[in-house]
Amino acid sequence: MANVALDPHAAIATTASGVGAALTTADGKPLARALARSQRRARRRAFFLVLPLLAFILITFVIPIGQMLQRSFYNDGFSRNMPEVSAWFASTERGTDPDEAAWAALAADLTAAAEARTIGMVGTRINYDLSGARSLFTSTGRSLRGGLEPPYREALLEINEGWDNPMLWSVMREASRPYTANFYLAAVDRTRDEDGRIQQVDERQQVYVMLFMRTFWLSLLITGLTFLLGFPIAHLLATLPMRKSNLLMILVLLPFWTSLLVRTTSWMVLLQQQGVVNDVLVWLGVIGNDQRLQMIYNQTGTIIAMTHILLPFMVLPLYSVMRTINPSYVRAARSLGATSWTAFRRIYFPQTLPGLGAGALLVFILAVGYYITPALVGGSSGQLISNMIAMHMTSTLNWSMAAALAALLLASVLVLYWLYDRLVGIDNLKLG
Amino acid sequence: MALPSYASPLERAWHYLYLVICGLIFFFLIAPIVVIIPLSFNAEPFFTFTPAMRSLDPDGFSLRWYQSLLTFGMQNPDSEGWAFWSDAWANAHWIKAAKNSVIIGFFATLVATVLGTLAALGLSRPEMPYRRAIMAILISPMIVPLIITATGMFFFYSNPCELLNLIGLQPQCGRLAGTYLGVILAHATLGIPFVIITVTATLVGFDQSLNRAAASLGASPRVTFFRVTMPLILPGVIAGALFAFVTSFDEVVAVLFIAAPEQQTIPRQMWNGIREQISPAILAVATLLVIFSIALLTTVELLRRRSERIRGLTPQ
Amino acid sequence: MKTTLILSTALTGMAFAASAQEVNVVSWGGAYEMSQVEAYNKPFTAETGIRVNMIAADNPATPLKAQVEAGNVTADVFDVEVSDAIRLCDEGALVEIDHASLPAAPDGTPAVDDFVEGALLDCAVANIVWGTVISFDTTKFPEGAQPQTAADFFDTEAFPGKRGLPRNPKRTLYLALIADGVPAAEIYDVLGTDEGVERAFAKLDTIKSDVVWWEAGAQPVQLLADGEVTMTTVYNGRIFDAMVAENKPFEVIWDGQYMDMDMFVIPKDAPNMDAALQYLKFATDTQRLADQAKYIAYGPARRSSAALVGLYQDGVTEMAPHMPTSPEALENAVMDNPEFWADHDTELTERFNAWLASS
Repeated sequence: MANVALDPHAAIATTASGVGAALTTADGKPLARALARSQRRARRRAFFLVLPLLAFILITFVIPIGQMLQRSFYNDGFSRNMPEVSAWFASTERGTDPDEAAWAALAADLTAAAEARTIGMVGTRINYDLSGARSLFTSTGRSLRGGLEPPYREALLEINEGWDNPMLWSVMREASRPYTANFYLAAVDRTRDEDGRIQQVDERQQVYVMLFMRTFWLSLLITGLTFLLGFPIAHLLATLPMRKSNLLMILVLLPFWTSLLVRTTSWMVLLQQQGVVNDVLVWLGVIGNDQRLQMIYNQTGTIIAMTHILLPFMVLPLYSVMRTINPSYVRAARSLGATSWTAFRRIYFPQTLPGLGAGALLVFILAVGYYITPALVGGSSGQLISNMIAMHMTSTLNWSMAAALAALLLASVLVLYWLYDRLVGIDNLKLG
Repeated sequence: MALPSYASPLERAWHYLYLVICGLIFFFLIAPIVVIIPLSFNAEPFFTFTPAMRSLDPDGFSLRWYQSLLTFGMQNPDSEGWAFWSDAWANAHWIKAAKNSVIIGFFATLVATVLGTLAALGLSRPEMPYRRAIMAILISPMIVPLIITATGMFFFYSNPCELLNLIGLQPQCGRLAGTYLGVILAHATLGIPFVIITVTATLVGFDQSLNRAAASLGASPRVTFFRVTMPLILPGVIAGALFAFVTSFDEVVAVLFIAAPEQQTIPRQMWNGIREQISPAILAVATLLVIFSIALLTTVELLRRRSERIRGLTPQ
Repeated sequence: MKTTLILSTALTGMAFAASAQEVNVVSWGGAYEMSQVEAYNKPFTAETGIRVNMIAADNPATPLKAQVEAGNVTADVFDVEVSDAIRLCDEGALVEIDHASLPAAPDGTPAVDDFVEGALLDCAVANIVWGTVISFDTTKFPEGAQPQTAADFFDTEAFPGKRGLPRNPKRTLYLALIADGVPAAEIYDVLGTDEGVERAFAKLDTIKSDVVWWEAGAQPVQLLADGEVTMTTVYNGRIFDAMVAENKPFEVIWDGQYMDMDMFVIPKDAPNMDAALQYLKFATDTQRLADQAKYIAYGPARRSSAALVGLYQDGVTEMAPHMPTSPEALENAVMDNPEFWADHDTELTERFNAWLASS
C-alpha cells in the first residue's frame, strides 16, 4: 500500500542547488531515476495484485476455450488410425487414381482398424464430409474379420461397391491430413466437391447459415423489445423522487436476482395451452376453449421468455444515464417554444444514447449466446446457434463441428465486446 | 414525476397513458415470478388456478408438493419422527442437491472473492499497466456464451494434465471433471467478473489519500489494508461475493457438462424436472428460490445504501 | 495458503465421503426409472449395502459415448438400446460380459438359454422388451370417430390437433412409412434406399407444422396430459402408467408398434467396476425382471420371468394385454433392426436434423 509520494527513495530533497545541477533525492541519487524506479515498482505491485487472478482465468478459462477451438481445425480421427493409406495420399498428387498400392494400403488399414475397434471412429470422421460413409466403413469392417486376399481392389469392391466412389477417395485424401478447414466450410453450409472446389451444400442440408441468421435476428428483435419496454420504465424510475423510485426499482431487481430456471419455469407454466394466460383469455372470452394459443415450444416462447429475462440488463444502464440528465435542458427547450414531443426527441433522447448503447449491446451480446431458455421453451423453431453447438457436443458428438460453430459465435461476440469496450468502457458496467 | 403546470390537456392524457403503460411493463416483469407462488400450493397437479383456489376454498390448497420435495428419493418416506428426518437428510434428492449447491457455492465464492478483490485493488491503481486489456480478459467469462465456456471446460477438466504435459511438466493429476474441485473452479471463474465489477465500482469513490495518511502515520501495508481499505470497500466485496454466490447457485450449463451425479445441484435437479415432467413440485422449489432471492436482494440493497453512506455519495 | 489448505482438506473429506460403496446408473428417467428403483435398486441396496444413484438421460448412449471419448467416465451402468449397445461394443467402449457368470433361472436353466433371442450380446445384457406406440386423448375426439391406425396419426383433417413425435429419426421415419402403406416387414428394405428415405420425409412434411417434438421419454405423457397435443407416440410402459396409475383418459394404438429391447452395459474405466458388475447381474435375474413388470408394462427379457408376471401393483390390473408382446400388439409391429441402425443412425440423424431446422 506504499505510495509513490511516500516512497523513501522518492522523497524529494528540493535542494536549492545552483542552476544546471540535476535535482537529486535526499540520498543524492538523481531524482528522475529514483522516480522512474519507484514508478516501476508501483506498477509491479499493482500487477502482482492482479496476477493471481489473471493466471487463474487464463488456466481455467482462456486456455480451455483455446484448446477446444483447436478441434475446429484439427481432427486426426482418420490420419491416426489409417497410417498406410494416409502415407499413400501424402506421396501422391491430388487427382491421382488409386492404384493397387493404394488399395492394398486401404485394405491393411481397414483390417487393422477393425481389429483395434477404431473403424467406427474412422468412418465417423469420413462421414462428416461424406454422408453415408460411416455405414460403409463399419459394415466393411464387420465382414473383414477374416482378412483380405489380393487383388485388394476387387476384394473390397466385392464387399461393398461404394469403395469405388471417387468422391470417397477425395474426402479420404482431405482427411489424411489432420489439419482441415472443412468444419468451418460446413459451418457456413459449404462443402468441397470431388476436385476440392468449394461449393454450397445440398439445399436440404443448409442449416447453419439460417441458424446464425435466426440467432442474430431474434437477438436483434429481443434487444428492440427490451428497449421498447425498458425505456419508459427507466425514464419513470429516473424522474421519480428517490424514495419512490427505489421502491419501484425492486420490481426490476427482483427478476434480476431470481434464478434463470425459475423464470423460465414460470413462463412455461404461464404460456402452455392449459396455462394461466390461455385460461385468462378463455375466461375473458377472447378465444374459445378449443382455440387455445400455442405460445410455447416455438419462437414466440423464446422471444417472450428471453425479453423478460434480459429486460433488467437494458433498464439498469438506461436508468443510470437518465439519472444524470439535467431536467432544466428540457424545460429550457419547452420555454423556447418546443412541443413536449420535440423537446423529448431533440433534447432528452439524444442524452440517453450512451445508456441505450450500453444496454442494447449488453442485451444483444447475452442474447446471441443464450442456451438454457431456448432449449426449454424453444421447441424446434425457437432454437438458436448455441443449441446446435450443444447438440453437436452431447448428441451427435461431432466435436469438431461444435468447435467450428463455437469459434464463429465467439468471434462475433468478441467483436461486439470490443465495440462495447470502445463505446461504453468495461469500467462502466454496473450491476444493480 | 409531477406534470408541469403548463401541460396541455393532450399532454395530461398522454402522461396518464404513459403511467398505465409503465404499470403494465412492471406487471410483465413481476407477474411471472409472483404467479408461481400461489400455484405451488395447488392441491391438484395442474398449473392453473382451479375453481377451488379461485374461491379461496382451503381444500384447494395444500402443501403436498413441498412434502413431495422432501420425500423424493427417500428410502422410507412413510417412517416417522427422527427416522424420517435422518432419512430425508441422507437420501432425499432435493436435500442432497441443496447441500451440494451450498458447498459448491461457498467455496466458489471464496475463491472468486479473494482473487477478485485483490485484482480489483490492483486494477484501480492508476499505475496499473495494460489495465484495459487485462480488465477485458477478466470480465470475459461474463460475456462469452456459457455453452462455449462449458464446452471448453468439459475437455480441459476431463484431462487437465494434457495441457501441463504440453509445457513439459509431467504431473500426477487425475481429472477435474466429475469432482467437487472441478465444479468449484468452474463456478469461481464464472463469478469473478461480478466481484471485479462491484469492487472496482466501490473503489471509484475511494480516496487514496486515506492510505497515504495511514502509511505516513507508520502503518504497514498489511495494517493499512485491513484497518483502512477493507472496512471501506467491504460493502462492495460482500455485494460481489453475493453476486458470485448467486451465479454459482443458479448455474446449470457448466454443471451439465462437467459435474458427475455426486455433484448434482439444485439447478441441475430442476433442469431434469423441467425437461421431463414439470409437476408443481418444481413450482415449490421455484417458490423457495424466489424467497431466497428476495432475501439476497434485500441484503444487497442494504449494503449498497450503507456503502454510499460511508463514502458520502448519497445523492439527494 | 491457509485458505488453500482448508479448501483442499475439505475437498478430500468430501471425496472420501463420496467413495463409500455406490454405483451410478444412467437410465431413461420418469416412470421407467421409478420401476427400476422399485424392482432393482431397493432390493439391491438392502442386500449389498451399495447405494444406487439414478441419473436420467434422454438416451443414455449419448452421455456414455461422450464420457468415453473425453476420457471422463463418471457413471458405471448404462441402460441403452440394442443398436447402441452393438455400436459402442464395436467401438471398444464397453467391457465384455461373461454370459456364464449371469445367474441361472430358478429351475436351473443357464442364463444363455433363459434369455430370449438377441438379449445377450458380447458387451450387453437385456432387461426388458418394450414398444413405442401411438396414444391419444379419448376426450379430444368424438365417440365413434376415434383414431385407430398409424395412418390416422398423419391425418390432421379427420383427427385435428397437435402431434407429439420424438426428435430422432429412429422412431419417426418408420411411422411415416407405415402410415404411407409400407408393411411392417418391409420397413428396413424401403428405408435402406434413398427413395425410401425421401418418401418418409415427404410423409413427415405433411404434419411438420403440427408436431411438438419431445426428447425425454416422460415428455410425451406430459404433453398429452397438458393438452399440448391430442396424439403422440410414446413408450408403451409410460402411457400404461398414466392410464392405469393416474387414470388418464388415454388409449393406445398398437398398429405400427416399434419393438425394441433395453440393455445394460458397462463402459470401460467405470469408476465402480465391481459394484457395476454386481448390479448388472442382480438386476437381470429372474425375480427382478418379473418384479419390474409389477410397476411398468414392459416385458421381461428372460423366459423364466414371464411365468411370474401377473398383476400390476394395484392388484387388479392384468398385465398381459398391456405388454408389447401381446398378440394384438404384434399384429403390425416393426421389430428393431439393430444392425441397420448401428450403421445408418449417424447419417439419418444428420439428415433429420437438417430437415428439422429448415423451415
